Amino acid sequence: MTPATLDRREVLSRLFPNHEDYLFISGLAGSARDTAALTNDGANLFTMAGTMGAATSMGLGVAMCAPERKVVVITGDGELLMNIGSLATVATINPANLSIVCIDNGCHGETGGQNGHTSIKTNLEMMAKGAGIDSTMTIATEADLSEGSRFLNEATGPRFIQLRVKNGPPSDFKRNMDPAECRIRFRSALQP
Amino acid sequence: MTMSSIDTGDWSRQLFDDLVAAGVTLFSYVPDAGNKRLIEHAQEHNGVRPILLTTEEEGVAVCAGADLAGGKAVVCMQSSGVGNIPNFLSLANGGRFPILLMVSMRGDYGEQNPWQYPMGQAAEPILEAMGVLLFRVNTLDDLGPATRAATSAVFKGGQSAAIILTQRFLGAKPF
Repeated sequence: MTPATLDRREVLSRLFPNHEDYLFISGLAGSARDTAALTNDGANLFTMAGTMGAATSMGLGVAMCAPERKVVVITGDGELLMNIGSLATVATINPANLSIVCIDNGCHGETGGQNGHTSIKTNLEMMAKGAGIDSTMTIATEADLSEGSRFLNEATGPRFIQLRVKNGPPSDFKRNMDPAECRIRFRSALQP
Repeated sequence: MTMSSIDTGDWSRQLFDDLVAAGVTLFSYVPDAGNKRLIEHAQEHNGVRPILLTTEEEGVAVCAGADLAGGKAVVCMQSSGVGNIPNFLSLANGGRFPILLMVSMRGDYGEQNPWQYPMGQAAEPILEAMGVLLFRVNTLDDLGPATRAATSAVFKGGQSAAIILTQRFLGAKPF
């Protein structure tokens, strides 16, 4: 496995230059900070700061009830592995408007950088493929990022991207951590 | 006997219709005998979607996601599945997401399988500890009022609730 070279703080804006075209659900910790930095903690984003493992399933619920909108889950390698079966659920439902982007830093950054399974043997793109998601790719280089933008626009959904990044700090962004407020904010923006 | 003797045919239609009347369009589930006919109704009805889960906690997150987009969902599970969801119930207790659980009991009245007792007996205390309102169904007369009370509490009152189908109501699974 080639060493990761991408900085997690710079990748999401490359994949989603027009973030307002999407609805985002992010898991906890670094994924939430990076996605909040992308959207300026906008009303098109719901982030978590707990409930580890919930992001993919929550995104599925949004995608099924907002079929005209493009829905993106931003998760991490640790979070996704905590509920890896959710990829099978997504594959069975097969929502065309759902993309899952897993920021894979190979470690548990929030708790001290302990090694994660993806830094050892585990391959998340193969697990997504094995769950039954046909459109998958791994992004590890600058060139892959351009291909990733095309993939998000052109590949048949649901889509899965394993986004390999260096082990480094996430975006330094303080977001609203009150889930009840953020729920109302998201709902009000979607159904004014 | 390999199949459950639970006859869910008579009342499951009423339960399904009451949930649909309350606006539920997504029926997420981990398969179990008590909710079997309810899920079959969801599979046969054009206006709703069944969602097969790998673990019950996925269903709690699906309900929260549906709510973010203005939809209504339920999670159907056996009582053993209650042990898989407490952390995700933070979405209900802290985030005020409306979460409705359909729980069919094991380890309850007349149970013969010793493996079912620990979680069956702990299911209600765990739900109460996470702030979930309990609406028990012990008789057929309980079902309609409990369903309507639970859907009102969740989708109008902003609470989380569980409709508990007890083994007094379902009958115990024979082995």
